Amino acid sequence: MPERKINLSDKRTFQRRKVDKRYVFRHLLSYLKPYALLIILIFFANVASTLCTLFGPDLCGKAIDLIGKDGGTDFAGIGYYSALLAGLYAASALLAYLSTIGMGYISRGIVRRMRCDVFARLSRLPVGYFDKRQAGDVISVLSYDIDTVGESLANDIIIVLKSVVLIIGSLVMMLTIAAPLLIVFAVTIPLSLIMTRFIVKRVQPLFRKRSQKLGELNGFVEEIITGQKTTKAYCAERTFIDKFEEKNRQAIDAYARSEYYGTVSGPCVGLVNNISLALISVFGALMYMNNPAVMTVGRISSFVLYSRKFSGPINEVANIMGEFQSALAAAERVFRVLDEQPEPEDAPDAEVLSNVRGEVDISDLTFGYLPGKPVLKNFSLHASPGDVVAIVGHTGAGKTTVINLLMRFYDADSGTIRIDGKDIASVTRSSLRRAFTMVLQDTWLFAGTVYANIAYGNPDVTREDVERVCKEACIHSFITRLPQGYDTVLNENAMNVSKGQKQLLTIARAMLYDSPMLILDEATSNVDTRTEKLIQQAMRRLMNGKTCFVIAHRLSTIKNADKILVMRDGNVVEQGTHKSLMAGNGYYASLYHSQFESY
Amino acid sequence: MKGTLKYLKPYSGTVVLGLIFKFIGAVSELLLPMVLEYVINEVVPRRNVKMIVLLGGLMLLFSLSALLSNIYANRLTVKSSGNMTHDLRYDLFERISYLKSRQVDGVGVPSLISRLTSDSYYINQMVARTLRLGVRAPILLVGGIIITFIEDVYLALVLLACLPVVAVTLYFISRKSMKIYTEVQRRGDDLVRDMQENVTGVRVIKALSKEQYEREKFDGIATRLADEEYRANKVMSLSNPLATLILNMGLVAVIIVGAVRNIEGGTILAVLSYFVIILNAMIAFTKIFVVISRGSASAQRIEQVLKLDPAETCGGYPDGDPAYEIEFRDVSFSYNGVRENVNGVSFTVKRGQTLGILGGTGSGKSTLINLLMRFYDVDSGAIYVCGKDVRNYLAEELRKKFGAAFQSDFLMASSVRENVDYGRRLEQADIDRAITASQAEEFVTGLDGGLDCDLSQKAANLSGGQKQRLIIARAIAGNPEICVLDDVGSALDYRTDAELRKALARYYPSSTKVVVAQRVSSVKHADLIIVMRDGEISGAGTHETLLEECEEYRQIYSAQMGEENA
Repeated sequence: MPERKINLSDKRTFQRRKVDKRYVFRHLLSYLKPYALLIILIFFANVASTLCTLFGPDLCGKAIDLIGKDGGTDFAGIGYYSALLAGLYAASALLAYLSTIGMGYISRGIVRRMRCDVFARLSRLPVGYFDKRQAGDVISVLSYDIDTVGESLANDIIIVLKSVVLIIGSLVMMLTIAAPLLIVFAVTIPLSLIMTRFIVKRVQPLFRKRSQKLGELNGFVEEIITGQKTTKAYCAERTFIDKFEEKNRQAIDAYARSEYYGTVSGPCVGLVNNISLALISVFGALMYMNNPAVMTVGRISSFVLYSRKFSGPINEVANIMGEFQSALAAAERVFRVLDEQPEPEDAPDAEVLSNVRGEVDISDLTFGYLPGKPVLKNFSLHASPGDVVAIVGHTGAGKTTVINLLMRFYDADSGTIRIDGKDIASVTRSSLRRAFTMVLQDTWLFAGTVYANIAYGNPDVTREDVERVCKEACIHSFITRLPQGYDTVLNENAMNVSKGQKQLLTIARAMLYDSPMLILDEATSNVDTRTEKLIQQAMRRLMNGKTCFVIAHRLSTIKNADKILVMRDGNVVEQGTHKSLMAGNGYYASLYHSQFESY
Repeated sequence: MKGTLKYLKPYSGTVVLGLIFKFIGAVSELLLPMVLEYVINEVVPRRNVKMIVLLGGLMLLFSLSALLSNIYANRLTVKSSGNMTHDLRYDLFERISYLKSRQVDGVGVPSLISRLTSDSYYINQMVARTLRLGVRAPILLVGGIIITFIEDVYLALVLLACLPVVAVTLYFISRKSMKIYTEVQRRGDDLVRDMQENVTGVRVIKALSKEQYEREKFDGIATRLADEEYRANKVMSLSNPLATLILNMGLVAVIIVGAVRNIEGGTILAVLSYFVIILNAMIAFTKIFVVISRGSASAQRIEQVLKLDPAETCGGYPDGDPAYEIEFRDVSFSYNGVRENVNGVSFTVKRGQTLGILGGTGSGKSTLINLLMRFYDVDSGAIYVCGKDVRNYLAEELRKKFGAAFQSDFLMASSVRENVDYGRRLEQADIDRAITASQAEEFVTGLDGGLDCDLSQKAANLSGGQKQRLIIARAIAGNPEICVLDDVGSALDYRTDAELRKALARYYPSSTKVVVAQRVSSVKHADLIIVMRDGEISGAGTHETLLEECEEYRQIYSAQMGEENA
């Protein structure tokens, strides 16, 4: 996989801690299990392929020995060996290819399943999980971490397997050819092990630093380019160019330092190979002179070829260990997500909330996002079917929290919410949520056509329905002016849809759902007043006969509410209709007056 | 590509030195098998032990020289490629910083970011790898071929016959796989986008109980990605076994030809060794091929930005009436050249006055600000600041007069102080006053470390209203001649909004204020209110005159204030 998301990967590599290997392997095993048979096949194919290549040098050597000095060549023998060699090599290539794509098949399958599992788990997690985390972190588990695991499965296992067979195999072959020559490796193997260890130890922290610095640079660039207009407005270009220079230098230096050491390993491997070659030729030659019957030229040549096969894999395995570590760490992060506590299952005897009249009774609700820091204290409220309940108050007064609890995005610490007399803890979540329609300040649209965004996966919705609600939401004429009308694909860069228009689209979506209760959380805050006036009728129709919970800054929008709750620091400080509250001349009245104040 | 490689020029000394050492290293490696062959063919039959040991020592020497010169050469190439990338990135960032808004629109912000990050990274990789492998591989390849020719012409010809087969095979495989990889990348982007949507829309999805639907949708995306990845894998995995197979077959051919031509064992052995070296060189070539083709695409994207000319024209326009701080004279403008975003707008504001701009979404309010601060140039008409056409100012001179808080403005991941100061090196007193006036004092003092508290990325640790107040503080901290507040009241509740207005009048009496708003209460007190509609002024005057004369204003006002106040 090419480096798809550099900046995502970076953040992860330096948050390193001890990996719980048993935990990871246990989970990994369950993913590998369905492929057990295929894995065994691949294992044998791979061993067979490696063995085929192993016999190569031996046969070469034998063939070379058959070339007689002066015309005494045994052509039949050479022909035999050559044919054997060609067959072996062909078989080896075929088996190698098959085992590689086999492993690729397995790893893709596992990656796909992991992604779906992680996604499915995420979709079952409570909203609080996402409120506490950055979207980027969650996404990097799903893309980067799983990719890393998949890569490692596809490549590393094969390489390690092959290397082990090669190392053992060539050792055996060399042993049969000329055991004494193995002494050479007493020098070169420790040498190469020491060197690789040294390099890996040195390089790993450097690579972590390099990722970190690159991540910092990327973060900085993203910030400053996004805010280019501001920078221009304050003529601060020079300041930020200087700051960038500092980050740039650091990133380049970290890159260079890691590369200095990273690129040492290649030549070092070369050195060990070359030293082996030198030592083997010297000792081999000496043995040949000592007793030509024991040591032939052909044998020296096979020994040389085996020695190359022998030292290569050792270094390769050493290199892979580093990758393996990061794959394990990535796998652990993946499995931790899979082990996150999902929203508790609905009680086994949970009812399906149906034919809701819309009577809402909240009593004595207390709740805090963090223990010991209640956001809502002893909150009570009664709404009869069809009531419009407005909740007002400063930012942070706890208005949105009420909504979070009504929808069971969070569960209250104490107190109960009843709908039509039923405790919402005793009904299924999906039926509870379906009883509400929600329009939020944050407009959420996904990459897809306008039509798909409004119908949103509801197969019962017809084109006419969608056009009808769009007309009601005063967005129909805007949509028809788009290049492909309702089939225009919405995405971030290409389209010029303003915040207000986005909000109208989400209002249209909400209109499609005919739920008995409605939640409007700053639903028209991005719509300008003229348009708001236009859609007021549609909103009224949407609200008609439904129990509505309305949160709004603009107090004019809630003046007609049946009940206004005024919240301050998690408490309801006043309650009543607009008239009674204004007459009371308390906190609400002062809030209300402040919007007309001139200085 | 040329424009990018230019950046390597200042480091050509290092590059050349690196290449020389690479050469030494490669030659040392090439000589090794030759010595081995000489030992086996010439020295061993003569039973010259001393010579054998001597030549063994020579081989060790070559090994060491290969090691040292390779390491040194690698350092030099890392250094020169790093420095070159540094310079390129610097120029690119500088250029982007000064780009005109229209040019930024043309390329797109996400694209600019990726050019500065991933593209420059790929170029670094490309140059480093090409310098490192690109010299070694051809030397080993050509040298290996030459030496095998010296060894034996026929064996060399066998070898030579294999090479084009390998080259063509590898070329086709990497070309094909690159095509598939673009597809893989696209599918991968789909997956990330879908996940992103699901994280941001978690409330909506749960509210509509669409989890199952989303899971199925994701399943489809994940499956399509896996299919593409598997397809890429099938093609990519071909290269290694195929290349090895072809060369191994060549090896067999060498033995047969060697036997037919009755060549000495030592020679065959040497040729076989060169075979391995040449195979590795070929594999290195394919790696370089991939890196270069990706790098050159990146280079193109970077050069495209570097070619943009950010220089603003300056001068040559007649002056306006110096009595006014701001004057718009029949201004028209369009972003895309199709639809007028601003049409025939004229008004004047005196120094110290407050201008209110009211209007709905897309009515052209923010466009007026963009034109006033000359982020864009007018298509016709003229804008004067202090009686001078904005196009006669140097960009810096003009913008120094302004302090601006934009709609969806941004805060950096650094301290509160740095965010307010924004590189202007303001006095402490100025910053304090701005924090007070913008109503930010109350929460800033509550922050851990106060002014020195570090904000997280996108200031996620602040609420919307808090962010807004810091952005306002930044706008007024420099005691600007003209203070622009573009729809900053929307995230503030009415009371804070009112306090802000009072504080602005008290602390910054001489500033001319331009307030863009959707709420009447934010502009009600202004000396001049202009009501925008579809890019045109539909009413201008004070609150009182507008109430009398402007139907639209009256409508907005009554809608917002409730009927009994109208």
